[in-house]
Amino acid sequence: MTSISHTVATALQFAGTQVPWAAVRYSRECTTHRVVRNDLPQTNDTSIDEGAMCEVLLDGHFGYAATADLSAAGLQEAFSRAIKTTRASTARKAHAFAPRQRPAVTGNYRSARARDLDATGLAEIMDCLLAATAAMKGADTLVNRMAHAMLVQTQVDYFISAGAQTSQSFDMVSLNLSATAAQGSESQTRSWSRTGQWGGEVFAREAAVQQARRVAAEALALLAAPNCPSGPMDLVLMPDQMMLQIHESIGHPLELDRILGDERNFAGWSFVEPEDFGRLRYGSELMNISFDPTRAHEFASYAYDDGGNPATKEMLIEGGILKRGLGALESQERSGIPGVANFRAASWNRAPIDRMANINLEPGTASLQDLIGQVEHGILMHTNRSWSIDDYRNKFQFGCEYGQLIENGRLGAVVRNPNYRGITVDFWNRLAGVGREDEAHGTPYCGKGEPNQIIRVGHASPPCLFKGVEVFGGQA
Amino acid sequence: MSAARFSQAVAAQFDQLCHLLFDKLESGEELSANLAAEETLFLRLNNNRVRQNTDVSQCVLSLRYQGGGRTVDHTLTLSRQEAQDRAAALAALARCRSEAALLPPDPFQVAMANHGNSREEFVGQLLAPEPLLHAIVGPAAGCDMVGFYAGGTLIRANRNSKGQSHWFASDNFFFDYSLYDDPKAVKGVYCAAVWSEADWSANLERSKRALALLQRPVQNIRPGAYRTYLAPAALSDLVGMMGWGALSGAAWKQGRSPFKKLAEQELRLSPLLSIDENFGMGLAPRFNELGEVAPERLPLISEGALANLLISSRSAKEYGLQANGASGGESPRALDVAPGTLAAPDVLAALGSGLYLSNLHYLNWSDPVSARVTGMTRYACFWVEGGEIVGPINNLRWDESLYEALGSKLLALGQTAEISPETGTYSHRNPGGIRAPGALIEGFNFTL
Repeated sequence: MTSISHTVATALQFAGTQVPWAAVRYSRECTTHRVVRNDLPQTNDTSIDEGAMCEVLLDGHFGYAATADLSAAGLQEAFSRAIKTTRASTARKAHAFAPRQRPAVTGNYRSARARDLDATGLAEIMDCLLAATAAMKGADTLVNRMAHAMLVQTQVDYFISAGAQTSQSFDMVSLNLSATAAQGSESQTRSWSRTGQWGGEVFAREAAVQQARRVAAEALALLAAPNCPSGPMDLVLMPDQMMLQIHESIGHPLELDRILGDERNFAGWSFVEPEDFGRLRYGSELMNISFDPTRAHEFASYAYDDGGNPATKEMLIEGGILKRGLGALESQERSGIPGVANFRAASWNRAPIDRMANINLEPGTASLQDLIGQVEHGILMHTNRSWSIDDYRNKFQFGCEYGQLIENGRLGAVVRNPNYRGITVDFWNRLAGVGREDEAHGTPYCGKGEPNQIIRVGHASPPCLFKGVEVFGGQA
Repeated sequence: MSAARFSQAVAAQFDQLCHLLFDKLESGEELSANLAAEETLFLRLNNNRVRQNTDVSQCVLSLRYQGGGRTVDHTLTLSRQEAQDRAAALAALARCRSEAALLPPDPFQVAMANHGNSREEFVGQLLAPEPLLHAIVGPAAGCDMVGFYAGGTLIRANRNSKGQSHWFASDNFFFDYSLYDDPKAVKGVYCAAVWSEADWSANLERSKRALALLQRPVQNIRPGAYRTYLAPAALSDLVGMMGWGALSGAAWKQGRSPFKKLAEQELRLSPLLSIDENFGMGLAPRFNELGEVAPERLPLISEGALANLLISSRSAKEYGLQANGASGGESPRALDVAPGTLAAPDVLAALGSGLYLSNLHYLNWSDPVSARVTGMTRYACFWVEGGEIVGPINNLRWDESLYEALGSKLLALGQTAEISPETGTYSHRNPGGIRAPGALIEGFNFTL
């Protein structure tokens, strides 16, 4: 447990004289960005963000105040602000909650890694990034060669007045390589990333160089490639695009706070109705979707959510049927719908809300070649480039970096600007094949909530085959 | 803490820390310090009731260190405990020094300079939580209102070791809300420095009148190309896409700008379209994170031709361009679209038969080389026939190039421009906004 335990105990004692229940969520996050562009340092930026959210329950209403002053007096002052605003709000509260929405649990979590980021030197990281951009060098048309490492070390401790404490520490890395090839008015970018709960082992020079060479070669291939054809056709999506497909068209619509209407002024509502749980055929029988915060190295693994609720793997969709929502204990209490432990805050200065964590598509039985072999006329797409979906999470349009035609069961020519569009439930019912080997991807940039929060999410998926999707390319 | 006391306390601490750090610099070292501070009350409402209330006090110090031709940035959250923050700031400087020693030289480093001093303060009068809630919720009784209030003191400041000093402080609030008549809704925003019961009531009444129009029969419009009117908030959304790399000098030089063809005069936009970066609107501070002061008004698009890209001093050095006070990210901070001639009472008649769109949603480039954007319609969007509103539409996906929608297809711009204030609150509350009129466009492409 961290050194602030004593001041937190004093502050909780102070709060306890005024409210029946109180908690403090302390967090410290150190984020470092290292960027090398065209063999030169572009960014070396470290940010240390530390503070605490003081939380009270008053007349059934949870209210919050955040402070970076971690002295006992600072925390007490924050509690006083939280109590004042919560007292003003409680007569108009949206729902009456109870302490059971914050289970009194004690435990620890430490993310999996082979080597702590603390033990990974700047020289080693820069060597890896410089080698990667150098490996992308070649044709004059490769105008932008970029290597970006984001290293994040996070400590989150949650103390509640009932005496329970959880403590969680995370080391996370996102390593991104990209190459832009341009000639005349045409420009194409190809990228690769490795994102998750990792340590210094990610900065393996030779592995990065190998990916960098592939990325540069594929950017050049895209520059010379024709536009993606248009029309309905079969579509094989690789795991680095399945990530986005799962995120936008499964993750967000299943968030119970959206279904309850909290997000209607910002991100939107959901086509999923409360009565759909246990009934709605969301997709084909091949579709099995899990909430899995227990998978080692995936980006959003944890043992407890930010309300102290122990996190376990749960199936959201089984055999294509919707079973469970993405809602934490407050949303479960409001809706009566089964949920998960996903009450998460972006930082010490934001209140937790229902968020995705790791939302995964469970592997099937097909090899990638089996999936391609089923396609007479279609396309395979890699790596998300563009994303947009409506506020009810129905009509989407996604674009990818890299496409390859499939003719008579064989992979063919490279095509650029591959895009596809569809409507969520119709699209998932076109799922006709699921690969047997998955890959975990993730993003640090899932936006939601008022005040706005960006949070880390992970999505593991094998390649998948969809039948008869509307595909199109760029402007000629 | 009162707004004035918070501002004074933050200013005093920033002064002390800057003096401390600048005094510790050695020969050949320079330092720039930025401050982002706020005391903000956030209230989140669902169905006209309080879902969450959060009170945030934070003060973030960002340092840029230059030494030996190397550049290192370090940001830390201040605890507001003097001794602790002094120690943390000195530790940050030490870390910058030790990292710089391990980095290769940065050939595009821009030497720090004294860009002068400025001070802007906008004093407001904000309500305490209890009267505030009463003021918001009371007039909306009986409505399914979902909303978000963010109000308090917002500070941005910069100093550097060459002697420059800038200060921007503003007490203000916005209430961004939606009125629902399940499943249709209307969007509204009320922002000011002083809460006015009359202004809020008038704002809400406008939204209630629009909501009543949504009770007309829903029109199922098939994908296709339609004559379309984008209301000011919708045009702000579309023009806002220019902040995603289109107007960046570095993005152009790196082959990433969707306006490459515009920059190289291969294509142009409509002669009706002129867009400036206009700090005269008072929405955002003129100084950037290096303390460089942008011109009060910088033309970006003039009668359809590119007038200026946004060019940071770093891009200027790397590519031999002229810097114009842009931020490091080269995104606009105060876009201002010049109004046209279409008077508000004439909008529906000018539209004739087509789509009236109040808001757009979830925009993204679908084909950057062609400046093609996709997105959705959202909120109060109607089918219009013979200059009369027939009824609301089911939301449509659209996919359209800016070269066309704001080029050959642009028929007219509205006579009156409206401000869409910045309501983003990622990490902290942000200043800024876009001013735009409405736009009448021929053959806007709807795809799903």
